[in-house]
Amino acid sequence: MNAVQKVLTTRVCLQAQSPWRRVAVEFMNSPTAVVGLLVLLAIVLVAVLAPWIVVQNPYDLMQLNVLDARLAPGSANMDSGYTYWLGTDGQGRDLVSAILYGLRISLWVGIGSALIAALIGTLLGLVSAYAGGWVDALLMRLVDLLLSFPVILMALMILAWLGKGVGNVMLTLVLLEWAYYARTARGQALTESRREYVDAARGQGIGPWRIVVGHILPNCLPPLIVIGALQIARAITLEATLSFLGLGVPVTEPSLGLLIANGFQYMLSNEYWISLFPGLALLITIVAINLVGDRLRDVLNPRLQR
Amino acid sequence: MIGWALRRMTQSLLVIVLMTLVVFIGLNAIGNPMDILVGEDLNQAERLQAIAHLGLDKPLWEQYLIFLKGVAHANLGQSFVYHEDAMRLILQRLPATFELAFCALFLAVVIGVPLGMFAGAYPDHPLSRLMMAASIVGFSLPAFWVALMMIMLFSIKLGWLPASGRGETREWLGVQWSWLTLDGLQHLLLPALNLALFKISLVLRLTRAGVREVLPQEFVKFARAKGLSPMRVMCMHVMRNTMIPLVTVLAMELGSTIAYAVVTESIFSWPGAGKLILDSINTLDRPVVVAYLMVVVVIFVVLNLIVDGLYYLLDPRVRIEASR
Repeated sequence: MNAVQKVLTTRVCLQAQSPWRRVAVEFMNSPTAVVGLLVLLAIVLVAVLAPWIVVQNPYDLMQLNVLDARLAPGSANMDSGYTYWLGTDGQGRDLVSAILYGLRISLWVGIGSALIAALIGTLLGLVSAYAGGWVDALLMRLVDLLLSFPVILMALMILAWLGKGVGNVMLTLVLLEWAYYARTARGQALTESRREYVDAARGQGIGPWRIVVGHILPNCLPPLIVIGALQIARAITLEATLSFLGLGVPVTEPSLGLLIANGFQYMLSNEYWISLFPGLALLITIVAINLVGDRLRDVLNPRLQR
Repeated sequence: MIGWALRRMTQSLLVIVLMTLVVFIGLNAIGNPMDILVGEDLNQAERLQAIAHLGLDKPLWEQYLIFLKGVAHANLGQSFVYHEDAMRLILQRLPATFELAFCALFLAVVIGVPLGMFAGAYPDHPLSRLMMAASIVGFSLPAFWVALMMIMLFSIKLGWLPASGRGETREWLGVQWSWLTLDGLQHLLLPALNLALFKISLVLRLTRAGVREVLPQEFVKFARAKGLSPMRVMCMHVMRNTMIPLVTVLAMELGSTIAYAVVTESIFSWPGAGKLILDSINTLDRPVVVAYLMVVVVIFVVLNLIVDGLYYLLDPRVRIEASR
């Protein structure tokens, strides 16, 4: 074996030792997914930096001028002269500012609820797999019951009791989403617990909880990450739909869905931009997340690897 | 067979009872029903009288039994807004929702199956690739926003189709239907298409997967070897074998179509049960909300039963497992 070959084999071995690096390299092989990821990062960045980018705070009623309501894209502001690039809504909000602030709420609700649901769902799934018996049966029947009804119906039901509000929407989404993670985590944990490395860990005298958290959980992560990515997109769509129906966020803090709903009445008089642009922002966000999620599914799928 | 059916029915009944419990707890645990049902300007004696009249002085388990009795008799009280029997209100509006949901599924099948068969038969054709890409967008699109854009394009800009209401209706079997008149059909097209968008993507992908699975099988080769025309092989032999999973999925999807009709109905002002429930949630008309939830739960459970029954009849493997 010559030196070059030796170096190459070592490099391959090193790469194989770090699974996350392999995932990253494979992810980058798809140009569509990379574009999706870049768009997503850009969206998250402008949403986070929104208060420093926008020309007005769309939630501060003092900064809104009713005389500027429903201006077409490209119109100029009466007082300070900045341009409404995407027009204004019925309350005289600059749509660029409103969309960026709306994105903040949409992303916060979507990502926040997905993370909390992932935490609770994974924990309950692991408990279910580990405990077995009646705990397992009870939890899984509950999951079956939750998943057998359409999300929108359950969401309407829960929000009808809870009432409007960003916190309530997040609570609703968590209540609906944890079941997906629980089912996946349980299934994955049951398969993993039969592997040799678990026996080896047991043989070393490691305690059951350390095996579950330290050994089984890391091997359950790939499918959970894929579900998480797709659930964020679903959560954002659901929040937008609920807000559109008037059951989600309050009128004073419009998310993208509520902006679209507010534009609906003006659309009939041909003022299309109030509904069109927030919808496009929503669409681009969801497509970007779905592209990333789809690629993650391909890259992390163990059946395609081995 | 009978044992299996009995067991499944008991399970279904259990789910319904469980859901009544959930709805009942939701009704009582969150917020004092007195604050909603009775005005605040009553004195103590009137309050107590009202509590006794509404049965709220009884212990909780007894209230639950009374509620269960109401569910069993389809009597869930009067609507606060319409001053009519809540259950009757829902049942009056249900045909419009069913009409919309069935039309959406019909469109999904009529559009999705031929496209899916084409995509399955010629997976490398550019049109097939385009369809697969379009179906991903179809999954991603927020349905309510597409509805608005459809109204903007077809109703406002082009003026081809009406954007709200049911149009002219005609009576059939004692119920008013839109699909029996030309005007009604025009009103039906946009909302049904909107509700169908997601299902078209689903049917397309399912059919494509089914065709690709069936095509390499022996009986297809045999049919070809017999000298049947490719069209006949596709329509008679391949289609039949892809339809079985599709039918069961569509039966399941009918339930979610009815649920998502809430969104479509509210945008297109379609006077169905979905629009009624949304209005009722906004006006805190609890009897109607509860009645709707119970009706939809029953519809869902019955649909699940039918789907399981279909599986039992169509798939011998389920029968073997059940008889064990």
